[in-house]
Amino acid sequence: MTTAIEARDLAKTYPPDVRALDGLGFEVEAGTIFGLLGPNGAGKSTTVKILTTLSTPDAGEAEVVGLDVAREPGRVRRAIGVVTQRSGVDPQATGRENLVLQGEIHRLPRRELRRRADQLLERFGLEEAADRLARTYSGGMQRRLDIAIGLVHRPQVLFLDEPTTGLDPEVRAAMWTEISRLAADEGLTVLLTTHYLEEADRLAARLAIVDQGRVVAEGSPEQLKADLRGDAIHVELAAPESNGRVPAALERIDGVREVVLSGLEVRARADSGPARVPAVLAALDAAGVQVAAVSVARPSLDDVYLRHAGRSFQDADDERRAA
Amino acid sequence: MTAALAHSRSMTIRHLRELWRQPWYVAITLVQPVVWLLLFGALFKRVVEIPGFGGGSYIDFLTPGIVVMTALFTAGWSGMTVIEDINRGVMDRFLVSPVARSSLIAGRLGQLAVTVVIQSLIVVGLGVAVGARFPGGAVGVAVLVASSVLLAWAVGALSIGLALVARQEETLIGAVQFVVLPATFLSAGLMKQELAPGWVQTVAGFNPVNWAIEAGREALGAKVDWTLVTSRVGLLALCAALCGWVSTRAFRAYQRSV
Repeated sequence: MTTAIEARDLAKTYPPDVRALDGLGFEVEAGTIFGLLGPNGAGKSTTVKILTTLSTPDAGEAEVVGLDVAREPGRVRRAIGVVTQRSGVDPQATGRENLVLQGEIHRLPRRELRRRADQLLERFGLEEAADRLARTYSGGMQRRLDIAIGLVHRPQVLFLDEPTTGLDPEVRAAMWTEISRLAADEGLTVLLTTHYLEEADRLAARLAIVDQGRVVAEGSPEQLKADLRGDAIHVELAAPESNGRVPAALERIDGVREVVLSGLEVRARADSGPARVPAVLAALDAAGVQVAAVSVARPSLDDVYLRHAGRSFQDADDERRAA
Repeated sequence: MTAALAHSRSMTIRHLRELWRQPWYVAITLVQPVVWLLLFGALFKRVVEIPGFGGGSYIDFLTPGIVVMTALFTAGWSGMTVIEDINRGVMDRFLVSPVARSSLIAGRLGQLAVTVVIQSLIVVGLGVAVGARFPGGAVGVAVLVASSVLLAWAVGALSIGLALVARQEETLIGAVQFVVLPATFLSAGLMKQELAPGWVQTVAGFNPVNWAIEAGREALGAKVDWTLVTSRVGLLALCAALCGWVSTRAFRAYQRSV
């Protein structure tokens, strides 16, 4: 396999004392979609900034298409396309002007650039809006223009930093189709960051789960889920519990493990989950705990995250947002 | 180098297109100088009668001062579009592309030059309309406009540099307010230097705003001291080059902070 992106032991601290990256590393095989999955503030965007030469790490190294990002930023910039989390579209210019400017930056010959711009506008369904100012575009159109801008010079690697954040569900689904087509049709390597579990599950061939500046798990979504062995049992309590009797009661049951209590939610892992439900309910009843609801599910990436980061994805996300 | 030139051309076109789409911007930046020209011109009409002023017409004297002052104001706001680009993510998009950093400044300075030329000609035209006469003619006006552009480049480059470092509109607004008016008053823009206190004359000697006014006013006169004009224009060019260099350095500071 050819490695398109390699990051080793990346560390970065923002003043005064925010540790964004703490020894983060991963490898991406050329021609695949790789996902960096994590809650807000996990360090995904910082990683993208370093890999795209915008920012520099305090420690560690990174290579993109075999080029060291710190030593050869100019050559890296020619090889990559970047769609940043905030749109990079100039709202005071038309869609076509945005594309042409980016092509001029990459010094594409005039005639080829004109053809390429037409082709991309058509491909992303922007022909009709091509000569309108980009500030009149909808969120979805702006995002598509962003991707077109990132592709104008036919990069080897495309970075998509939270490409569907803030989009409506239908627009998001359309973007997913578009992104998977990119890797399939053009042999592009795509590094995608997302805090949507579903998005990582849908798009990424492999993914790294990032938490607090480190990769806590890596593999294909299937592998990661399979590694969990067993189903997720999810119990909703009628009233909050804190004195530890819930985990104690459940862990005594044969085949039930990894019991985590957070607020009203109890999550546990069990081999052949459905068969354990009666025992779980009986144990809780015996402990005098009232149950509001119970469900059993095949493992999801949310469970993978819970297992490796020690807290649920939603909690981690909320924590960050509150901070 | 060729990349830097090609990129500067693309970026200048980008910013000129913005200007073309909002021409009222030029009009707005003209309101203040026009008020100065007409009000000051009328209010201080008889200031030329003060012994030592040397007579002549005050509007002749005032017009080049207002031209330079307008250029100074317009240039001071150059950093605003940088902050807009930063806030919209456009700046980061450029910085992860192989664009020559210098072109991000040069494009704005290119647009600034066009704006300043248009404004200067309007202010000169207005001055003439209310009675100003310039024996120096077209050459004199060209020198005045060129000095104003050089001054605008120096100030514009600093404004862009400050915007990259501070990244806040408030800081830029504060800095412009803090610098522009004092710099105008510490020059021969509104009042003959010989009538100003000694310390003002000393400060004005080091004030690029004053260099531009001296060069322009001298070139518009009947008998032109070209040594004075060349030395002032040369100083302005040097100053602009220095400020341009400083502002390219500001990109490093910006990238360190992202």
